[in-house]
Order: sequence, then C-alpha cells, then structure tokens
Amino acid sequence: MSQPESAVADAQAGGRGGQEPLAKLAARYGLRRAIARPRFPVYVRQLWERRHFILTYATSRNVSKYSSSALGQLWQVLTPLLNAAIYYVMFGLVLGGKGHIHNYPAFLLTGMFTFTYTQRSVTAGAKSISGNLSLIRALHFPRASLPLAYTIQELQQLAISMGVLLVIVLITGEPIALTWLLMPVVLLLQTLFNVGAGLVMARLGASMRDLNQLLPFITRTWLYASGVFFSIQEKVVGTAHLPQSVADVMYYANPAASYIEAMRDILITSDGGHTPPDSVWISCVFWAVFALCFGFWYFWRAEERYGRG
Amino acid sequence: MAELTEELSLVKAEEPAVAGTDGKAKPQPKPAAVSAAQPKTAATPPLDVPTGTPTVIVDDLHIIYRVYGAASDAEKGNAVNALTRILRRQGRPQMKEVHAVKGVSFVAYHGDAIGIVGRNGSGKSTLLRAIAGLLPPHSGAVYTDGQPSLLGVNAALMRELTGERNIVLGCYAMGMTPAEVKEKYQEIVDFSGIDEFVQLPMSTYSSGMGARLRFAISSAKTHDVLLIDEALATGDREFRKKSEQRIRKIREEAGTVFLVAHDLRVIEETCNRVIWLHKGKIKMDGDPKEVLAAYNKG
Repeated sequence: MSQPESAVADAQAGGRGGQEPLAKLAARYGLRRAIARPRFPVYVRQLWERRHFILTYATSRNVSKYSSSALGQLWQVLTPLLNAAIYYVMFGLVLGGKGHIHNYPAFLLTGMFTFTYTQRSVTAGAKSISGNLSLIRALHFPRASLPLAYTIQELQQLAISMGVLLVIVLITGEPIALTWLLMPVVLLLQTLFNVGAGLVMARLGASMRDLNQLLPFITRTWLYASGVFFSIQEKVVGTAHLPQSVADVMYYANPAASYIEAMRDILITSDGGHTPPDSVWISCVFWAVFALCFGFWYFWRAEERYGRG
Repeated sequence: MAELTEELSLVKAEEPAVAGTDGKAKPQPKPAAVSAAQPKTAATPPLDVPTGTPTVIVDDLHIIYRVYGAASDAEKGNAVNALTRILRRQGRPQMKEVHAVKGVSFVAYHGDAIGIVGRNGSGKSTLLRAIAGLLPPHSGAVYTDGQPSLLGVNAALMRELTGERNIVLGCYAMGMTPAEVKEKYQEIVDFSGIDEFVQLPMSTYSSGMGARLRFAISSAKTHDVLLIDEALATGDREFRKKSEQRIRKIREEAGTVFLVAHDLRVIEETCNRVIWLHKGKIKMDGDPKEVLAAYNKG
C-alpha cells in the first residue's frame, strides 16, 4: 500500500482493515480484469455473435465509399477493365505475351478480375486495423470483425465485377457451359483464402506502419508472378526451357495462380474444354483452409494489443 | 500514508508538459497555479457511498501511450536520418512515450455517478479508456463487474450515411441483436428529436443534432458501467435536461456512471462524487461541492 489513493479507497470501502489490497477486494467481489484475451473457441463464438455488425459495417462502407464520386460503384468495374486494357496493349500486342493463348481477351480478363479480388482484399485487410483506431479505442468487439468486414465488402463489390466478366467472356465467343456452375465454388474457396490473408495483413499492418507504402510493390510483383497476362506453362517451359517442376511450383505454391487457373479452366471452354485438374483443386482447397486457420489464429494472438499506441 | 505529503508535493512540482492523451487534446503548458493550501485534498472520503458493492476497482494504474508523429522538426522525415536510425537499430524518433496516467487508484460502487474533472491532458479520457478495457495498463490493473462501455459510438458512424442507417450501424456496433435494434429504433429517433432529418445524411446535421443522435444511440443500450466523455457538452438546454434524466435512470438501474465534462454545472447536477485528475494523478476525490470548489480555485 504505497499509494495514498489506495489507502483512501480502501478506507472508503467500509473500513475493511484499511490494508486490504485492491486486488483482493476485487477478487472477493468477483470483479475481473478489464483486458483479457478470450480463448480461441470463445473468440470465434463472439465473432459469430457480431455477424450483423460485420455485415452492416461492410454494406455501410460500400454505400458511403462511392457516395462522393460521379460514376459511383461503376469504378469497381472500370478499374480492372482499364487495367486489363493497358495490359492487353502492352503485353498482349507490343511485347507479344499473347503467344499461343486461346481467346486471349477472356484469358486476360479472367485473370485480372480474379487477381484483383485477392489483391484488394489483402490491401484492405492491411488497413482494416490501422485505419480504424478510433473505433477500436471506443468500442468492444472482436477485432477480427474489421478485417472480416473489409473482405466482405470486397466480396459484395465482386458480385458486380463477376457479372461484367461473364458478359465479356460471352462476347469474346465462349459458350455458356455447365462448368460455369463451379464458379461459386472457386469464389468461395478464394474468399476463404482472402479472409485468412486479410487477417494476417491486418495484424501486420497494425504494427508495421510502413506496410501500406510497401504493399503496392508486393502486390505488383505478385501480379507478375501469377501469370495474369501470360501463361506460366508457356513462358517457363516453352520459352525459358525450365523443367516442368518449376512451372508446377509457380502454379501451386502461389494461391492467386491456383485460383486464376481454376477460374480460367471453368470459364474458357471453347478450346475443347476441361475441368480444372485435381492438382489445381487440391491447391485451391489447401490454400483456403490453411490461410483461414492460420489467419484467425495469428490475428487472435494479438487481440488485446490492437489499438495500443 | 506517510507518502501522502510527498505525493502531493510531486503533483505541485512543475513537470514537463503533458501531451494530449487522445491525439485531439492539445497539450496546454499553462503554469499549474496550484495553491499550496490543500493539505486535506486526497484524504476526503465520498459522503454517500450508495450500496457498498464495488463495480470498478482501479488499482495503482499506470498508462503509457505511444504517440507517433510527435517529432520535432529537426528529426522529422529526413531520409538520411531514417537510414542512420535503421543502421543503428534505433526506434523511430516520431514515437514518443507519454505517461498519461500515473498511479491512480480508487473504488467505484453501484449507483455511483462519478464526475472526472481536470485540465486538458490531465489523463481523463485515457483513464476512461483504460476502465473500458480499451487501453492496456502499463502496470497496475482495472477490475470491473461486467463490461464497462464507453459512450463512444460516434467512431462507428459514417457521416455520408443517413441517420437511419447510422442508428442501425451504431446499435450493431454496440453488440445489439436485430430484435433489439428494431425495438430501440423508434425510441432512439424520439429521444434524439431529429424527426425527419433521420432520412438525411449525417453530414447535413448541425453539430447539436449530431451530438443528440450520438448520445441517443449510445445510451439506448443498458450498460452496467457507462463511461461518458464530453457527450453532454453540445446540444441545447432541453436536450441536456433529457440526457441528465437518462443518466439518472442508468444510475437507478444499479449501474455506475463515469462522466468527463468541462462544463462543471453538468457534473454538479448529475454526480454524487468527483475525482479531480491533475497530470495523471488523483488530486482530490470526494463530494462534488468540495472538489469543484477547490478545482475552481486551483
């Protein structure tokens, strides 16, 4: 009892000896420490109880995001389209990346839209904690709600872009195929991966303030490595004469490349048509499960430290 | 108790300027004109202890803040400096530590309405955040019964959205269920008195209307321990009456209310106990009339 205030407080507490440490007093009345990280299963349950907040927050952000720009949500579609147009001219026509790829415009756009979804989720995830400090310092909720809401926001926007993508793929001459029904499956797996990746990035972004500056370079490198505007198979094995195993590693060790590959196999069927090979499916599922589990665990480990400093 | 006098003299000694605790409050390096005639200060017990069951116990709490971007011009954002820093493995100079709360201890009881007064940067908001469990203590601890909630729903609201959407968003942010939101919606609209403005974006509201809506939303939930930070500062007189009534109601529902306000009248009218924070320490704790009188003098 070195602090005079403690002694005062104890005296107020009804003169219970005046010397009783406050910690004991707290224990006697069953008061708990304000800061404590819940166990993992409890955390997941709390998160589930907050599902309405997560959804409303995502929708609200979507509504308010484009409320000030003239073209509004159209930008969601315009951005990847404009990007794809630039890549089409640069890599497809000028540099000849087109190679022997069947239906190059559909190939490019499918890759672009699929990659953009993951890229945006990762970028948004990195800002989800560091950009919401005032909210974190004001209210109680499982912090994972924020990165989750950000990924859901991207998912809501994706619905529009995927509609546009289907239309464009049709225009480029692809027939409507039964395999299109697999599209939601791939999107679901990709979403799970994005949630996990967003959670990891959220924790990293909360502690590393320079991450947001660095992220554009990382995602651009990732874009080039994912074979969005060229075929990994053709470049690695055909042009560079590297062994097939190198191409396999580039396909399966890179989740973005796996999802892009699966999406292309499903949507572009006019070259004879085939569903994605088992190895691609395995890779898609593995990355989804791994990222989700690791992401939640990794994010939860620092739960009580978000918002500090 | 022997250290009491020592502690007090420490408080009186001029310390380096205490920086803002929540980023908004600017440090006010006013000379602390503390009158020497206050030996009775910290030893004043509260006059009416409501029920004797503690709800919040703060035990020798220290909060140290890390503030970014507080560097002086000489060491700011220079690439060469940044590089030398990395080579020498030093931390960023923009990061400063602020010892905002320095060893605060007290016990709050069921039915207490505690006003917290003090100058800008004296640690009031930080203390509230720590009680709410939103800031981890550097040392010491906060023990609470149930989950204290900061009346701070504004951080979740979005100015571009209509009042209607914001009410729903705010309620969910506080952890309500859809059924509760439905039930409380009309009550919130009525209490805030914004009427048909509820259909308009919040960015079109006057500051008073915004404050009313925020208070209406955040006080719609039943709280065991409610922490209010300057919420009553805005709003017209009629609304202030209404909010005071609501605070009283929360107290009656066996809760505990903490209130930070610069308007001492509000504190005098709603609180049964006042804590005077000065530079992160409790300077006085007790009956509102006595503490406020001393505070006004000091």
